[in-house]
Amino acid sequence: MVENRPWLTFLSHAVLIFGAVVVAFPLYVTFIASTLSFEQISQVPMQLWPGGHFVENYRQVLSAGTTQGSKAAVGTMLFNSFVMASSIAIGKIAISIIASFAIVYFRFPLRNFFFWMIFVTLMLPVEVRIIPTFKVASDLGLLDSYVGLTLPLIASATATFLFRQFFLTIPEELAEASRIDGAGPMRFFFDVVLPLSKTSIAALFVIQFIYGWNQYLWPLLVTGQESMYTIVIGIKRMIVGGDAANEWHLVMATAMLAMLPPAVVVILMQKWFVKGLVETEK
Amino acid sequence: MEKRVVFRSAWLPYLLLAPQIAVTIVFFFWPAAQAVWYSFLLQDAFGSSTQFVWFENYQSLLTDSHYYDAFKVTALFSVLVAGLGILLSLVLAVMADRVVRGALAYKTLLIWPYAVAAAVAGVLWGFMFAPSIGIVTYVLKGMGIDWDWLIKGDQAMLLVVMAAVWKQISYNFLFFLAGLQSVPRSLIEAAAIDGAGPARRFRDIVFPLLSPTTFFLLVVNIVYAFFDTFGIIDATTQGGPAGATQLLVYKVYYDGVKAADLGGSSAQSVILMFIVIALTVIQFRFVEKKVNY
Repeated sequence: MVENRPWLTFLSHAVLIFGAVVVAFPLYVTFIASTLSFEQISQVPMQLWPGGHFVENYRQVLSAGTTQGSKAAVGTMLFNSFVMASSIAIGKIAISIIASFAIVYFRFPLRNFFFWMIFVTLMLPVEVRIIPTFKVASDLGLLDSYVGLTLPLIASATATFLFRQFFLTIPEELAEASRIDGAGPMRFFFDVVLPLSKTSIAALFVIQFIYGWNQYLWPLLVTGQESMYTIVIGIKRMIVGGDAANEWHLVMATAMLAMLPPAVVVILMQKWFVKGLVETEK
Repeated sequence: MEKRVVFRSAWLPYLLLAPQIAVTIVFFFWPAAQAVWYSFLLQDAFGSSTQFVWFENYQSLLTDSHYYDAFKVTALFSVLVAGLGILLSLVLAVMADRVVRGALAYKTLLIWPYAVAAAVAGVLWGFMFAPSIGIVTYVLKGMGIDWDWLIKGDQAMLLVVMAAVWKQISYNFLFFLAGLQSVPRSLIEAAAIDGAGPARRFRDIVFPLLSPTTFFLLVVNIVYAFFDTFGIIDATTQGGPAGATQLLVYKVYYDGVKAADLGGSSAQSVILMFIVIALTVIQFRFVEKKVNY
């Protein structure tokens, strides 16, 4: 603080509180809606204090979905989302850490070519090549499987870059000492590089877990059976009719369940989340 | 920057790169090549015969007024999302940078929407603004505003913009806060001693020093508005009413998956790929040069 300006400090707090309230309002409405009965939620205006159907609604969606629309159990969807998000995060980290290790610690023909090949994929979001990618997945028989959900999203230029940046800051002396002591490249990788990369891995895991959990278009295309739905797809499938006909109380309970795991990850691992976000994008 | 000390092996580096390269070829390069190939093909309605038609798909796109409309809608949408998102988060970040007490609490309260999936954000906002039972709709009706985004195009656009901005504020906020915290205190203090007030200091010192961050966020937000908002659109308006919120990426999906127009959808994919590549090149050009004073 350069100088004391009480009025400006007051204004700052006022703006921040207002901002936080506006940002939180949709969450509050969602939570309230998830505790109401169908009759309560159909009333205009909807009440803004919790109703008494919290346990009932959550039990219903977790075991049997909605009663009118999709009857897929949200419990299964949560499991699918969890498998998908963790596999994408772990897979991305695993394949890109060894790829960047090869690029940084070896000299070999076509090294730059491979580097650029990975670099170019930074520019191609899955949305622009939806249909051909879908065809490839379907030709390989990957539809309605966990492999199909995760494998196509696992190649990540950002993770490769982050690790490359990080490896370049590891002191030369460490590699030198390892070589003098007779350690091979893989020994060096497991005993020196991997332990040093812990924080980068944690940061990346948070970002990629959220990325995986929130995927929408790809699971929408690859999953046909209800048993393979992820929760984000499941919500969309619950919205069937006109806006008053939907069982909004159940949809909102599902929305709460869909938001909870990634939000908990962001809040509990805030330090790593911020680190991962700022570093992967720079 | 290169390492001086390296390991030697004729096969190990290739083995280490193999998984990444394999996935990249199978799920990036091959589909991208296919998209280019399909964009030169014309399939009949039953998919039984395919013809090579050179640039016919592109020609019909360029003469299609719906495609121009999707371009205009996407341009408007991304300008609104990037502009509003950057402006609001800059204000919040400047305020959060000022306060000492409760800074961490504010940060936590503002960053969690990053964790919400685009489709879920769409559902939340769609519910609050639902024409018949929405809580905000009720308030708006009380104020004499006839709200029904299922019918009115501009309201549908407003709804998806709000949902998209809401989701993106946390991201911009964190980058602005990091940028603000790296502004040297000595500069601010020197200006304060010279008699510059907070507003003047922001205009002449802080904002210019933030320009690389702002530019970076501008490109990221445009890419976000172009592609990552697919879930919001699909969960709320689905491109309607009458194409008022039909973004380019939604049209690729709709034409390819729902309308089964393989060639047309692929041609749109190829055009989008060029847009993404152009944005990325601009990004790297400017990041290298640093937009700074």
